[in-house]
Amino acid sequence: MRILNLLKIAYKAIILNKMRTLLTMLGIIIGVASVIAMLAIGEGSKKSIRSTISSMGSNMITISPGADMRGGVIQDASAMETLTLNDYKTIKEQANLLTYSTPMVNGGGQVINGSNNWPSSIYGVNPEYLYIKLVGLQSGSMFTEAEVKSAAKVALLGQTVVDNIFAEGEEPVGKTIRFNNIPFKIIGILEKKGENTFGQDQDDVVIAPYTTVQKRILAINHINQIVASAVSEEQAPNAVTQVTEILRSQHKLSDNEDDDFNVRSMEELISTFSSTSEMLTVLLVAIAGISLLIGGIGIMNIMYVSVKERTKEIGLRMAIGGKGSDILMQFLIEAILISVTGGLLGVILGLSVTLFIEKFLNWPTDVALYSIVISFAVCAITGIFFGWYPARKASALNPITALRYE
Amino acid sequence: MTKEIIKIQDLKRKFTMGSETVHALKGISYSITKGEFVTIMGSSGSGKSTMLNILGCLDQPTSGTYEIDGVNIKDLSKNELATVRNEKIGFIFQSYNLLARTTAIENVELPLLYNSKVTTEERKKRAIKALKMVGLGERLYHTPAQLSGGQQQRVAIARSLVNNPVIILADEATGNLDTKTSYEIMALFQELNQQGITIAFVTHEPDIATFSNRTIILKDGEIIQDYKNHNIQSATEHLAALPIENNLS
Repeated sequence: MRILNLLKIAYKAIILNKMRTLLTMLGIIIGVASVIAMLAIGEGSKKSIRSTISSMGSNMITISPGADMRGGVIQDASAMETLTLNDYKTIKEQANLLTYSTPMVNGGGQVINGSNNWPSSIYGVNPEYLYIKLVGLQSGSMFTEAEVKSAAKVALLGQTVVDNIFAEGEEPVGKTIRFNNIPFKIIGILEKKGENTFGQDQDDVVIAPYTTVQKRILAINHINQIVASAVSEEQAPNAVTQVTEILRSQHKLSDNEDDDFNVRSMEELISTFSSTSEMLTVLLVAIAGISLLIGGIGIMNIMYVSVKERTKEIGLRMAIGGKGSDILMQFLIEAILISVTGGLLGVILGLSVTLFIEKFLNWPTDVALYSIVISFAVCAITGIFFGWYPARKASALNPITALRYE
Repeated sequence: MTKEIIKIQDLKRKFTMGSETVHALKGISYSITKGEFVTIMGSSGSGKSTMLNILGCLDQPTSGTYEIDGVNIKDLSKNELATVRNEKIGFIFQSYNLLARTTAIENVELPLLYNSKVTTEERKKRAIKALKMVGLGERLYHTPAQLSGGQQQRVAIARSLVNNPVIILADEATGNLDTKTSYEIMALFQELNQQGITIAFVTHEPDIATFSNRTIILKDGEIIQDYKNHNIQSATEHLAALPIENNLS
């Protein structure tokens, strides 16, 4: 018997019992839809965390002075003076796994423009800072190496600072502002970055050459941090190791001494956050998987009823020449047709729900192709698995007794 | 000599139920030749259902031989039996056994669905032809619920004809019908028989037997009578002779 004929027979049987079939499918539909929606939410949040972290530079490496003890008192890291420009220069020369690097000094203060003022932070860096932090410029330009060397009093502003000390429509580039009473000429405006994952406003900054900040504002010789970018995200962990080794020899630390600095990559941060959301995803999928299983049992149940109900029909089909295998295939195909159609409807529902969540609840979602493929495959397997036993039962019927069945 | 369609020799069938053995058929021999219209009669427990099941290749004899159209079914597997049923036998049942909510033409096509040698167009053509033979050429797309009992049985007869079987096996085919409709159906059987179709009709109603040209009577698993009917009644005449129904007021 041709498979096409069997498909036709199974299709007819399903059409004849629309309501019942639909109710049977419901379990599968809800199961598949929830697997897809749950995974989309899980993937979406993972992706959103990753993208906020990447927007800060996913291959970024931060080197900061480590906690040190002075007379038994653990000092605040910012008070440490263990990181120097020499350290920076050595790293720049020796660390070949880094693309860009900049020393960083930072301090707080008041930004003043005429009668307006605003509390903000100033970051002293070199021009490579923009490439590390992946910040673009809205207008103007970055300061040059020459300006760093001459400790020029030039600065770039973040959008928040601009909004607070300039009137709307006023062009800040070219104007002179004061930071802690030191005049700075504004040469550029940073691109708006918004809040980061941790709720910090990334636009509330003033950027100036580190030499200027060191000498004119903070009056220090050490640096607070070295920020660098690894050649690639994958190389970031190796770069961390490399920098650590360079700094240890630079600081002449013996093997039994702890690091007096900290080297951290963004990757560590990402994995911390990802693991939380991954666990959530696994949990959600497990729940969805259970509902898929229940859907499968629903199919088995209905197929049993169907076989019982159609005993006479099975007897007739056998009497007019249907082989056991024909009957088996008929019911198996019916079960698969129900589960696959249910799966298809489930995919559609799942995608709609995902779209709804994204549009109206504003949750980040990301439909993974694999979730569709997997849940669909699980559906087909469910159909075969739970359809097999009832179909076997049907095919094993004795035509004589089946024909007599009332 | 005309061709022997059915050849049964010393056929026995016993069932074992627990410790008891029931001898349903105790060594039966007979043949049915092409073109015969045989009624197989007997009271319940006579073994006629067992006989019919074996004739229909739904069951196999315990011993003895049964040949249908030259094929000995003794050693056939389940699947081979199914093929024999599909290609050589037409079944008609007391309760029609039509698929509900399925049109007449689809019901008639059913046996051909299990024969992969028949194409879709061929299948449809043959189904229409069979339905025309039973006088339902105008009701191809009616479902059983839209047809009367007699019409439903006609659909079932068309279904039994569609595979061009060597024999039609009817099991109490008029059992669910009133007298008038029974005669109509019997008239149809006679007409088909005149066209050369071999029919074996199992019944317990003696008047049905008068329409056939041979009667085999079973009792306790043995043939007690096997005679040619020399005075075949015409169902059409009986139908005409029926009193015209008055309004039952």
